[in-house]
Amino acid sequence: AMDTDLSSQDRKDLDKFIKFFALKTVQVIVQARLGEKICTRSSSSPTGSDWFNLAIKDIPEVTHEAKKALAGQLPAVGRSMCVEISLKTSEGDSMELEIWCLEMNEKCDKEIKVSYTVYNRLSLLLKSLLAITRVTPAYRLSRKQGHEYVILYRIYFGEVQLSGLGEGFQTVRVGTVGTPVGTITLSCAYRINLAFMSTRQFERTPPIMGIIIDHFVDRPYPSSSPMHPCNYRAGEDNGAVYPSVEDSQEVCTTSFSTSPPSQCVFTVTKAHFQTPPPVVTDTLKVPVMGLAFSHQLSSSRLSYQPAALGVGSADMGYPVLFAGGLNAAHPHQLIGPGKEGGVPPVPSQPAHGTQADQERMCTPLDGVHYSAATPSSSEDTETVSNSSEGKCGSPHDLLETIFIRKVGAFVNKPINQVTMANLDIPFAMFAPKNVELEDNDPMVNPPASPETESPLQGSLHSEGSSGSSTGNTHDDFVMVDFKPAFSKDDILPMDLGTFYREFQNPPQLSSLSIDIGAQSMAEDLDSLPEKLAVHEKNVKEFDAFVETLQ
Amino acid sequence: SSRCCAPSSAGPAMNCRAEVLEVSVEGRQVEEAMLAVLHTVLLHRSTGKFHYKKEGTYSIGTVGTQDVDCDFIDFAYVRVSSEELDRALRKAVGEFKDALRSSGSDGMGQISLEFYQKKKSRWPFSDECIPWELWTIKVNVVNLANEQERQICREKVGEKLCEKIINIVEVMNRHEYLPKMPTQSEVDNVFDTSLKDVQPYLYKISYQITDSLGTSVTTTMRRLIKDTLAL
Repeated sequence: AMDTDLSSQDRKDLDKFIKFFALKTVQVIVQARLGEKICTRSSSSPTGSDWFNLAIKDIPEVTHEAKKALAGQLPAVGRSMCVEISLKTSEGDSMELEIWCLEMNEKCDKEIKVSYTVYNRLSLLLKSLLAITRVTPAYRLSRKQGHEYVILYRIYFGEVQLSGLGEGFQTVRVGTVGTPVGTITLSCAYRINLAFMSTRQFERTPPIMGIIIDHFVDRPYPSSSPMHPCNYRAGEDNGAVYPSVEDSQEVCTTSFSTSPPSQCVFTVTKAHFQTPPPVVTDTLKVPVMGLAFSHQLSSSRLSYQPAALGVGSADMGYPVLFAGGLNAAHPHQLIGPGKEGGVPPVPSQPAHGTQADQERMCTPLDGVHYSAATPSSSEDTETVSNSSEGKCGSPHDLLETIFIRKVGAFVNKPINQVTMANLDIPFAMFAPKNVELEDNDPMVNPPASPETESPLQGSLHSEGSSGSSTGNTHDDFVMVDFKPAFSKDDILPMDLGTFYREFQNPPQLSSLSIDIGAQSMAEDLDSLPEKLAVHEKNVKEFDAFVETLQ
Repeated sequence: SSRCCAPSSAGPAMNCRAEVLEVSVEGRQVEEAMLAVLHTVLLHRSTGKFHYKKEGTYSIGTVGTQDVDCDFIDFAYVRVSSEELDRALRKAVGEFKDALRSSGSDGMGQISLEFYQKKKSRWPFSDECIPWELWTIKVNVVNLANEQERQICREKVGEKLCEKIINIVEVMNRHEYLPKMPTQSEVDNVFDTSLKDVQPYLYKISYQITDSLGTSVTTTMRRLIKDTLAL
């Protein structure tokens, strides 16, 4: 692809967008598998740190892992960034659930404006990712994690590896964005063959090891990157503190122009960081981080609150000190969970006690690594959060959540009693697909990205309220009736309402009526000797047949 | 802004794409199912607040998001963090649900979300509203006999909504026509700037209840394109 058409400034901007898009993609995916509801605040005043005009927190550990995997490279043809989501039971068995792939293909869109259209479309794609991460099966599994299993993530860069997903996995496309250097595609391949989970629900005997082992293949890539839990456990004593992420001191100040696109102004500047003092008071005053800070405060239910503030810490090279309101007299004393009264007891998880080398339970995000700030900063904390509207939680809640171990949204419900039966329905009847040929695999060869059309080109007539969902007469924008993700409609294609009406009153089975049942039973018994005689006559044929099988 | 503008008098609206989604739900699931779809669409059709500066440049505020769990459906969705927007949608959906309930019909109706641009006209003509995207959700309310059926319905409707979200995202990903980014003087013709934290494209919500003969019984006063033709 010729780069002569792309100015060097545009190229630099584009690379930066792709890099931060990749990092934000990872954040959205991992946060969606934490097992908790995510909440961030809108802010009418632009901040310098909200890439793509979206409030997406940066969990430092996740950013660190992503950058490690990328190792300074960007997604390119044949070099995809993958986020693997897997499940690990309390017995230590694990199973891959999803692979999210951020890929680049060669289809270039030379005409598109980098600093304007590409940026906005990347923002739209992140919104789609937010939506799609809630509708794949792993979302509901991740909301119920904690007792019998946990959800882990792993980031790798290079070739997409889908073999761990079992037979007949499904893919869903999140979206694509054309750029002058290639088309970015984001998609998810997810396992549908979760049959073993539903048999566990229905069989009261211990699980059949044979079935489980089918899924738990030895990891074919032993040198692959370590797995991490999606939910953060404040209980392990892990001394790792994540180093400042050097080049992330770039902040995106977006400035758009309504003049003709050729005069678009987009500036990406380095943030102005003074050497930060180790007290949170000043953090609040740094304009770049100010609003990012404030919407961290409002997200109450996330156990990684202190680390969330580390969106500043990662960028500023020091852990953000949080107003714990405790041990205020000792500003640098490390606070660990469990040292505060009122912390709920942490249930033990044997699986995590026996660590494979590959898996790391990383807990930089509990209180261990953050020192308490002075009392003045806690006042500032209150001020900032009180000034914001529509907050998702009170500052008080927030201060407490540092020390509370969140193991999942529905911790009190033992897994068996929860609607695991639900899992049966989306997957059990799904006819397994053959694994698609690589050529047909949309993740290898994504379909052509749509061209940017001028609005006058589409020849559309709105038909208002008439017309049905498919097969209507709208010309160019027909709702494509592709195979829906969780539907059993292969077998009985009808909508729910019709289904209920049709099958409300089925006739009783004839075999259930006693008279007929007894009668046919008697008949069967009578005919048995006859049948046996016939089979004995043909015994030679049967033997011959058996021979052919050997 | 609450000023209602006249629908385009130019005949059928050109270049307005229309998407139709259908769901069958139990009565108590109507609100959550509608909110899930409407919020998902508006998530994609809202930006941060614009702040215009000198020389025709502008900066964009930040859009926050939050997870919403449904009570009557095994489903969760993401919406924009804006209480004003949520209130507006809940109000519209509440009216739709009440209309469905009181219609005494088979429980069929549809709710529409239309995105439009305003085109200013000279006095005495009022501004024109030119739609560019129309989402219609057709709803069929089912009545269930027992708790077991209700449980199945919770799950099935959840699965169906997952499909709808995927459908919506697929449409959004086509990157088809969007209004041009407006200058400061034009911004209110393209966006709803009345909310304090986010800025959705100008939209209106309307609904229709169908009686068992399939004819429309009630319409809200925000007109759909079809009705314009009949005048």
